[in-house]
Amino acid sequence: MKPKSGLTRFHNCYILRDSKIIKEDLWIRDGKIENPEQVFYVEQLQADLTVNCEGLLIAPGFIDIQINGGWGVDFSYDSDNVKEGVRKVAKELLAHGVTSFCPTMVTSDVEKYHKILPLIKKAEGGKHGATVLGVHLEGPFINIAKKGAHMEEYIRTPDKGLQTIEEVYGSLDNVVIITLAPELPGATAAIKELTDLGIKVALGHSTASLAEGEKGVECGANLITHLFNAMLPFHHRDPGLVGLLASTTKNQVFYGIISDGIHTHPAALRIASRTNPEGLVLVSDAVASQGLADGNYRIGPQLVTVEDGRAYVTGTKVLCGSTAALDACVATFKQSLDCSIEYALEAASLHPAKALGVDNKKGKLNFGFDADFVILNPENFKIASTWIAGECVFECDKK
Amino acid sequence: MRLIILEDAGVVADWAARFVLQRITQFAPGPGRHFVLGLPTGGTPLGMYRRLIDFYKEGRLSFKYVTTFNMDEYVGLPRDHPESYHYYMWNEFFKHVDIDPGNAHVLDGNAADLVAECRRFEDLIAAAGGVHLFIGGIGPDGHIAFNEPGSSLVSRTRVKTLAYDTLEANKRFFGNDISKVPRQALTVGVGTVMDAKEVMILITGVHKSLALAKAVEEGVNHMWTVSAFQQHAQALFVCDEDATLELRVKTVKYFKALSEEHQKMIEGVPVDEQRVIH
Repeated sequence: MKPKSGLTRFHNCYILRDSKIIKEDLWIRDGKIENPEQVFYVEQLQADLTVNCEGLLIAPGFIDIQINGGWGVDFSYDSDNVKEGVRKVAKELLAHGVTSFCPTMVTSDVEKYHKILPLIKKAEGGKHGATVLGVHLEGPFINIAKKGAHMEEYIRTPDKGLQTIEEVYGSLDNVVIITLAPELPGATAAIKELTDLGIKVALGHSTASLAEGEKGVECGANLITHLFNAMLPFHHRDPGLVGLLASTTKNQVFYGIISDGIHTHPAALRIASRTNPEGLVLVSDAVASQGLADGNYRIGPQLVTVEDGRAYVTGTKVLCGSTAALDACVATFKQSLDCSIEYALEAASLHPAKALGVDNKKGKLNFGFDADFVILNPENFKIASTWIAGECVFECDKK
Repeated sequence: MRLIILEDAGVVADWAARFVLQRITQFAPGPGRHFVLGLPTGGTPLGMYRRLIDFYKEGRLSFKYVTTFNMDEYVGLPRDHPESYHYYMWNEFFKHVDIDPGNAHVLDGNAADLVAECRRFEDLIAAAGGVHLFIGGIGPDGHIAFNEPGSSLVSRTRVKTLAYDTLEANKRFFGNDISKVPRQALTVGVGTVMDAKEVMILITGVHKSLALAKAVEEGVNHMWTVSAFQQHAQALFVCDEDATLELRVKTVKYFKALSEEHQKMIEGVPVDEQRVIH
């Protein structure tokens, strides 16, 4: 018997590498993507296990940096069983090709932050669920004029910069992104202090002018939260936050886009992606009713009716937020934009990885990267299986 | 020597691959009984590799008990450089078949001690029991492996400084910058290839026609190193029509008349007997 090499080889597949789909095998070992040429010549080993992918495409796992909940769970509300809620969503996301995500909390009262935040810990993914990269805090340091669905009574200004922020949130250990409005008093200092701590700052729910937005970017912000939504509409004399896509700031600005076919018009998607193709990050911004079957539900304080997969406030035609998971967003995006498959997939993997600064180990199928990937049908983006750290964590029924 | 003249490069590739298939199959390799194959790189053998991969995928051929030795490699070029022969062999052949990595030998142009590496390679060939079939291509100047004009016809595996013409011809692979082309290579010697039980040289295209004429019609000459195989007991040249343009009409007609008989023999007669039935 030969010694076990620990290598798995995926063959009869196409892979997305360096922004191109190529006919190539994928080799993995110990949760990482391997260089088979090196293995062949230097280690002189063969794969223990060979997986026939039947001509499907292997793409980096999806990374959702803005997701409020799903399957009845609301990360901002259910403070009694937070861990259980995160676990449930993490597990359900696997079927949608999501291998990493940022549970997102909307504007809440101080007590909720102190109760919930310590319980959503960064965690490696696996069969139990997708990797938790850290929490995305959307609010309460936002502009009341652009509050959207956020609760006005909890909205605050970061007067004393980081000090106020820590007073409101408590420990920032589990936090990776904070969405705030750069025009608020104290916001500029807060952006500097937060980004010095390694936390990414996203600009959003804001009436910022372009100059205020650029100031935010100069101070370290590198994201815009759900572009077009909850910000000033594009104006040619002052293009506002939307203008950041074409402004001359030194660093790449990334921007989240909800591509569920409802929140952003296809023409607006095209304007954004043509202006700043590298910065586009697909987000689901999904709410608790994501993934629920048709019926009536109580989600947080609200009664919700799900009809044909869309969630309405019961008795009305008011949409409660996005109910599309990231895989569906990728498919809608590809269709709306008529872009390449490569671009649509990277907008949900490489781009968010870059925005979070984890593109040295996630978002690509390059050698040495985490073996987080999806095997899917490139025609319809249907997920055949999902893999985290080289382990199969979801497999579609082959019926 | 046999000269098989075929229609074009595609037919040459297919013919050469079927020849390899037949050789390996008849040898019936197994544990402790490896078929030993010498392999070239370059444009000419590419089609042959693709056919061999097809045979493997169709289940007609396995490389599990095949040991291979490559002819040459640049010195100092990173292994994963697109022009390195390691890169070529991995991407065009090894990764597609079931060869055991421990049996696929390519000279290491990055070895700390190049002389020792050459010696190691010769020792490995000897330890494998010699090469059953060495396949080669040639350059327009009639060189086999990197045994350029003037190389000793009894040379062994060694470090070779490349001719200016070779650097010039290869610079297109290195951003047209001649200073980036490696100036040295490791190569098996003419003598190393001569030691193989059987040698098959593939020659296609008009630009190789003068070299073919020198190899076949004139005497053994170190300025056209491939001509050394006139003295090999089992040498086979496989060429396309284009490569015959510099041959005499008489030569072409002679080999074409024999070609049918030769091909029948190659297909029908057991390999062992082919050594005595020419």
